[in-house]
Amino acid sequence: MHPILAKRSWFASYLGVWGFFALMLSALLRIPASLTWREALLIAAPLCFFYAFCCLTPWYMCRQIQLPRRTWIGVILNHFGAAMIATSLWVELARLIAYLLGAGARLRPGIPDLAVVAVLLYSLSVALHYVLFALEQSRRAQIQAREAELRALKAQINPHFLFNSLNSITALVGSDPARAREMCIRLSDFLRNTLGLGEKESISWREELALARTYLDVEQVRYGSRLRVEMNVDDSCADCLIPPLVLQPLIENAVKHGIATLVDGGIIKVESRVKDGLLEVSVENGFDPDSPAPRRHGLGLRNVRGRLETRFGPEARLTAKAVKNQFRAEMIVPCRRNA
Amino acid sequence: MTPIRALIVDDEELARQLLREYLEESGGVDVVAECANGFEAVKSIGDLKPDVVFLDVQMPKLDGFEVLELIDTPAAVIFVTAYDQYAMRAFEASAVDYLLKPFSADRLQKALEKVRARLGNPRPPIAAAELSAAARPPEQKLERVVVKDGTKVHIIPIDRLDYVEAQDDYIALRSEKKNYLKQQTISSIERQLDPKKFVRIHRSYIANLERIARIEPYTRDSRVAVLSDGTQLPVSRAGHAKLKSLLGETV
Repeated sequence: MHPILAKRSWFASYLGVWGFFALMLSALLRIPASLTWREALLIAAPLCFFYAFCCLTPWYMCRQIQLPRRTWIGVILNHFGAAMIATSLWVELARLIAYLLGAGARLRPGIPDLAVVAVLLYSLSVALHYVLFALEQSRRAQIQAREAELRALKAQINPHFLFNSLNSITALVGSDPARAREMCIRLSDFLRNTLGLGEKESISWREELALARTYLDVEQVRYGSRLRVEMNVDDSCADCLIPPLVLQPLIENAVKHGIATLVDGGIIKVESRVKDGLLEVSVENGFDPDSPAPRRHGLGLRNVRGRLETRFGPEARLTAKAVKNQFRAEMIVPCRRNA
Repeated sequence: MTPIRALIVDDEELARQLLREYLEESGGVDVVAECANGFEAVKSIGDLKPDVVFLDVQMPKLDGFEVLELIDTPAAVIFVTAYDQYAMRAFEASAVDYLLKPFSADRLQKALEKVRARLGNPRPPIAAAELSAAARPPEQKLERVVVKDGTKVHIIPIDRLDYVEAQDDYIALRSEKKNYLKQQTISSIERQLDPKKFVRIHRSYIANLERIARIEPYTRDSRVAVLSDGTQLPVSRAGHAKLKSLLGETV
């Protein structure tokens, strides 16, 4: 059903607009057709009431004939045909009412004007319907993009990370209850922050970095002295706004495909600074070149790359390369700040 | 009752500590060693011959499956991992149990009971390599083959493997002009290899497709595959049919 018919209040306002049209039409008809105000109103009011419904019909046709899919000729011919039918119905109705009022002959000079008004109104309705559909479509596209983003974010909260952390806590409960408690709190902090991020479009670099730190804190308990972290972060970039969870996958990769492959562990180096309005980030870690090439590695990076591209276009860049036993990921995005 | 001799393999110290704690509490178990990576595990299992090995899957150097491939004495194996996707196949291959992290002391007790039952009533041992082959998810193809040669461990990346030849209970792996012997059947390694890259061209041979230079007639109705280094391998009729479907009618 047409959305205007679905809601009583919308339908009432719609009819109100047509009431205004009826007044305008009476004024327009009165002069060439030399009708009295009363006669003009009696003709215009039922005409407009009838046309109010006629002008809802393009909704069905516009839905069928979606613009980019058909040729322009096809679209125009279809709607032109429908407009002609609506116009002739409207003109005939006007003549019938005029005849009943005994003003049939006087109406005749006004008929061309009437026809023009009918075609214009109908065309306007078609155009408005297309606008309505376009708005609806862009809204839906936005929702879809948002959902895709959420799905991506959810997939990034790795269940194995959770299970392994819980296993560490189970171990600590017996040997070191204070540390177990601390670990529970760090893990909760991390989860709470990640879950909240899905709703945000942007977060500050400071927040993203804090999240990465919490994550590394948790992993620190698991890997012990094997995991060493060096952060070299310039204060100037703290306020840069980025999509949430773009650093996180890089850090997770560095732990999973880097530190975890090394018997003696290694260092994860995170550096960031602002240069010429660009936020430059690098994550570097050691890894075992003999370990099987990770497949998920590429997935996480591609995911981040896609999200940066949607947000910043070609201005953003994410590169990753392995040299000998060092892996280095670099991310460059425009540093936008809140006004 | 003699205690069960257990060996723990996990790269995380806390995970090892937890297992040891549980095992000590349960009694009747003697933890003979703890290993933090695959290499240590292979060596310790060979030296200490434990009754049961608690084996993590994801570790540096060698993963749990590769460790299994390299041990001769098939001890009872209990996988301990946070990943559940290997479980089904591991059981099919008669791994004694599969513990998902985090697990309870009760759950571990059940696993130990199974180990005791197994020790009191030993089944015919299954070669560790077979167990490992079966425990891998079927869709996950090998990326490298591990072979033990005395105390040395060779890791052969799959793209450097030329062909595999069956030799009784062993297979010979040919890579960079060297042969590596491994205790595994040719059918079992065939299942682990990517069928788009490796073809069973004969009852006793699997060839790397990229190494095959040409197919030549040998006798009236038999053929040989000539590899890029000149090696000739026999091709059976079924093998020739497979090659035709992969490489086209021209072969």
